Amino acid sequence: MGLDINTKKAKKNAFRISKERGIGASRIRVPGGYLKAEILGMVQEIAEKYGNGIVHLTTRQGFEIEGIRLEDMDAINQMLQPIIELLDINQPEKGAGYSSSGTRNITACIGNNVCPFANYNTTAFAKRVEKEIFPNDLHFKVAFTGCPNDCGKVRLHDFGIIGMTMPRYDPGRCVSCQACVKGCKGLSVDALRMENDKIIRDEEKCVGCGVCITKCPTRAFTRSRQKYYRLTLMGRTGKKNPRLGEDFLIWADEDSIVKIILNTYRFVKEYMNPGAPGGKEHIGYIIDRVGFEEYKKWALEGVELLPETKVKECVYWSGIHFDR
Amino acid sequence: MGYQLPRKTADTLFCRLREHYEIFAPKLFAGDGCFSDTDVIRYDKVSSLDEIEFDRRSDYSFKEALFAVNETLFYFTENETTIPSCTDKKLLIFLKSCDLHALKRLDAIYLENGPEDFYYKRLREKACFVLMDCGETCDTGFCAGMGTNRSDNYDLYLKCGEETVWIDCPSEELLSDLKEAGLNEAGETACAVTPNYVTQNKETVTLPKKLSVESFDNPLWEAYGSRCIGCGRCNFVCPTCTCFTMQDIHYRDNENVGERRRVWASCQVDGYTDIAGGGSFRQKQSDRLRFKVMHKIYDFEKRFGYPMCVGCGRCDAVCPEYISYANLVNQLAEEDAK
Repeated sequence: MGLDINTKKAKKNAFRISKERGIGASRIRVPGGYLKAEILGMVQEIAEKYGNGIVHLTTRQGFEIEGIRLEDMDAINQMLQPIIELLDINQPEKGAGYSSSGTRNITACIGNNVCPFANYNTTAFAKRVEKEIFPNDLHFKVAFTGCPNDCGKVRLHDFGIIGMTMPRYDPGRCVSCQACVKGCKGLSVDALRMENDKIIRDEEKCVGCGVCITKCPTRAFTRSRQKYYRLTLMGRTGKKNPRLGEDFLIWADEDSIVKIILNTYRFVKEYMNPGAPGGKEHIGYIIDRVGFEEYKKWALEGVELLPETKVKECVYWSGIHFDR
Repeated sequence: MGYQLPRKTADTLFCRLREHYEIFAPKLFAGDGCFSDTDVIRYDKVSSLDEIEFDRRSDYSFKEALFAVNETLFYFTENETTIPSCTDKKLLIFLKSCDLHALKRLDAIYLENGPEDFYYKRLREKACFVLMDCGETCDTGFCAGMGTNRSDNYDLYLKCGEETVWIDCPSEELLSDLKEAGLNEAGETACAVTPNYVTQNKETVTLPKKLSVESFDNPLWEAYGSRCIGCGRCNFVCPTCTCFTMQDIHYRDNENVGERRRVWASCQVDGYTDIAGGGSFRQKQSDRLRFKVMHKIYDFEKRFGYPMCVGCGRCDAVCPEYISYANLVNQLAEEDAK
């Protein structure tokens, strides 16, 4: 008797159907890529008991346990339970593994837990959004990065969140050493200059990276109390039209970004092509079809932006078109 | 002889004292550290005891209370200059023993090293010093070996508990101001109050005794200098660094009007040894580092009879390149034996 497996259900349950008949892989996602080390031991145990002893570190900060037999999926789900609980993942039914796999794991660079350049706690924000949007079958990719270096490559995601800080300058503490000017020129966008022995910041040019603040030896430059973010939209890879995400909001706040992401789920439910393969359509292609103006209307519904937030009137994407 | 009083009473006292005093103390500035979600402790005017950081050593020293980062020396118009007015109030400066010893170094430079510095003197004469003790040693300080762990030349010693404050006030002037502010000697509990002090540090530093011009050739300077990025943090946090540079500012709207400022300078930062005509004496970081270290533990002592460094350890704690001045000095001392 051949194996009788509902592959659609298995995929939704975060199992991969591999190219080898009867063999799959168990996919464990780690929100923000931040986990207690004890989970590593649990992953090892599953890999050695049910897999072939090999684990792939996925491109989205997860583990893929290779070589599992598809008939062991239920047993593996039991072993996944403590991992899912430790990672605080929303789960409608205990012991049943992951309940959906459409919205992809939210990734994050290491952020200000460790990195001197980061402007916020990327994993904390990633987990906040995780709690808001999971589980979900719609195909969304969200990524967080601590500063405009974008080590998290968030511009390849539907939503890219880049940490910013608004430099505060106290001329009374400035000693005109120009460490900030040199830092900004060498490492960032050359937005600072010295006039009359004090620093002038080109507000249009400044990307809020915070280099001036880390370079300042006297605390003349310090961080804004408010944490700011640049929100980039609809970057993607893929066969048709891979492209980088474009800026939508600059100097935005956390709450607004959460609302916009949630609003986008509503937008997708409204406009998704019902005949899309696998019942999934990338948001970016929906916006391409519906138009940015309509998307923006939905996205900003009920959102109260900070007065300093800059909103792009219109967003144009480029990228490579293989589909034309 | 001292007094024990409820913290609430002490708070009210200091609040009233502000009528006659500007109170400077180390304060925690949450989120103002170098990196995201880090803090900095530095001096600022405070209005209550609650604002004061009593426990941890401040990242920046007390010196900015007497010697501002930027100080306007005079304003100029075409034919006239005006000296900015100075506060009418007295200053009350909270500090730890290492910094009180540093005050002696500041005085040496600004009051006893040639003509008295007008700007320093006019603030210094108004200043009273409140000693706060160290419950335990900080990580990088080496005050015990430098003999700066104890001080008895304070105007007021104050120890702040959660409910109780202990004070000892040898300064008669300050005592009378405290009484005026409501200190009721008869009403408070009189008790013996003596400052606690640290007797041992985690860090021990031995000063070299055989430094000379020949020490210039020591390969240590290059070894450490090659790591230095010349940011000047070690100078800016140091309670004994007193160098400044001059800036003449011509106001943008009217070039004939402006001001002359003095601004903290660092012997590690580009430009410090630049002279008219384009010359620059110490261009290499290793030369600058040598100059600083030799000044702290050799040159100053030759002139004033005691080392400049007070062993507060702030420079070691702040260096982004993890250069340990303490370790460098110890290595110089080890060479004495050779």
